[in-house]
Amino acid sequence: MKLIVAIIRPEKLNDVLEALFRAEVRGLTISTAQGHGGETEQVETYRGTTVKMELSPKIRLDIGVSDHFVEPTVQAILSAARTGEVGDGKIFVLPVEAVYRIRTGERDEAAVTPVA
Amino acid sequence: MSEGAVAWMLVATAFVLLMTPALGFFYGGLVRSKNALNTMMMSFGAVAVVGLAWALIGYSLAFSSGLPVVGDLSYALLRGVGLEASGDIPHVLFMCFQGTFAIITAALISGALVERMRFGPYLVFITLWAILIYAPIAHWVWGGGWLAELGALDFAGGTVVHINAGIAAVVGALVLGKRRDYGRQAILPHNIPFTLLGAMLLWLGWFGFNAGSALGANEIAGLAFANTMLAPMATGLMWMILDLIRDGKATAVGLATAIVVGLVAITPAAGFVSPLSAIALGALAAFPSYFALLWRARTRLDDSLDVFAAHGVGGLTGAVLTGVFAQESWNGVADGLLFGNPMQVVIQIVAILAVIVYTALGTFVILRAIGLVTALRVSEKTERLGLDVAEHGEQAYTSGEGAVLLLPSGRASEAGFVSGAAVKHVGGSA
Repeated sequence: MKLIVAIIRPEKLNDVLEALFRAEVRGLTISTAQGHGGETEQVETYRGTTVKMELSPKIRLDIGVSDHFVEPTVQAILSAARTGEVGDGKIFVLPVEAVYRIRTGERDEAAVTPVA
Repeated sequence: MSEGAVAWMLVATAFVLLMTPALGFFYGGLVRSKNALNTMMMSFGAVAVVGLAWALIGYSLAFSSGLPVVGDLSYALLRGVGLEASGDIPHVLFMCFQGTFAIITAALISGALVERMRFGPYLVFITLWAILIYAPIAHWVWGGGWLAELGALDFAGGTVVHINAGIAAVVGALVLGKRRDYGRQAILPHNIPFTLLGAMLLWLGWFGFNAGSALGANEIAGLAFANTMLAPMATGLMWMILDLIRDGKATAVGLATAIVVGLVAITPAAGFVSPLSAIALGALAAFPSYFALLWRARTRLDDSLDVFAAHGVGGLTGAVLTGVFAQESWNGVADGLLFGNPMQVVIQIVAILAVIVYTALGTFVILRAIGLVTALRVSEKTERLGLDVAEHGEQAYTSGEGAVLLLPSGRASEAGFVSGAAVKHVGGSA
């Protein structure tokens, strides 16, 4: 089992969700995040105060998958989230020690397999 | 001049001016948060540019005697618009009162253009539109033009304001094209409380709009006030009933829309019908707009905030029903169909058709002409990112995290996260 953590552009979220759905990835968690990945900063002005926004809004996806689902999931995110410009984000694949499904107490593979 | 009239019209004018920022809140709540400021700026910006265009030239084209189809330039640059009486109020106050109508009418169109139109070309568009489309139509109906001669009844602007803006909105949406995300993904309102607040402030302003259109502190102002209060109540109740029948839940966006539809529908009739007729008119007005809204959402026409369903269809319903419910015993002007004057409905329809044809053609020509000089739409990237940052360099909702103060020299106040990173002005790749 792996935990896939992806940081993507907010405006790409819908495309990514669509791609994941087509790759039959059915369970995920998203959260809004802010980050910096080397992209050029935006300048904004509020009543004569000019600021440089160093952190850009991002979306973070957390997806727990069984091993054979890692590749399709990563490919789906890569293809859907890419614009080719700096700031497209990152995908991290992390090992997972254990996964439990709270409702049933199922563990590991069974816990990340979607209910039919 | 009467002191009562002057006092009331001062207040009424300020109320109508309030309607445009109120519309900004109504529209602003209905768009996505990344476009909230741009949408509200479309209304606030209209206050500045249309208001000035009106004072400098629009007022003259609408309210000088001139020809039956358009006024002349005798009042241009406010020449001859002074303290002399215009009815019961000073001429200069009458000019301001009418100016607030021009502003709200132009701003109404923005609901069909949101989330994709560049701000500069938008300002040029509404300025030209107010001068070339709104002013002549105002002249036809209120400035002693040919529709006034014909006897068309439009108390406060059902035809001039609402049908006019509703048709211009459809043309604008067609010329501009749909939003990239329209029909592809759900586009949801980001702040419905703003929309409710905007609807209620519009209602407040509308008392100035309708009761002020009596141009005096008199019985007809009282009648228009009562009708402006009662009609939207009936529309709101009917809308909630329709919502409840359709899927068992009365919606807040629906009720906010219904209030506007009721206000639009009573506008041409406000000083011409009895209060009981106003209730019937308000209730009837819910149906065409309700179903126009449902239908529009299933089409490819991206009239984003349903200006046509609310103002176009609501205005049409109101204008025709004015010809049905008008009652001379209340208004002292003319009877409608129900009171033995079927011709009034025909006259109303002639007025409606004339406005539809002129505004549709004129709006198309103005937008296409601007489109020849410069792009009307923002880039695809800006549309994805949101217009607030790209067009205005601000965000509606900022956390302040990660913002580094830039000193006047252009240097950052402290070492940035990435020292020496290039700074790009708008639409930076976030």
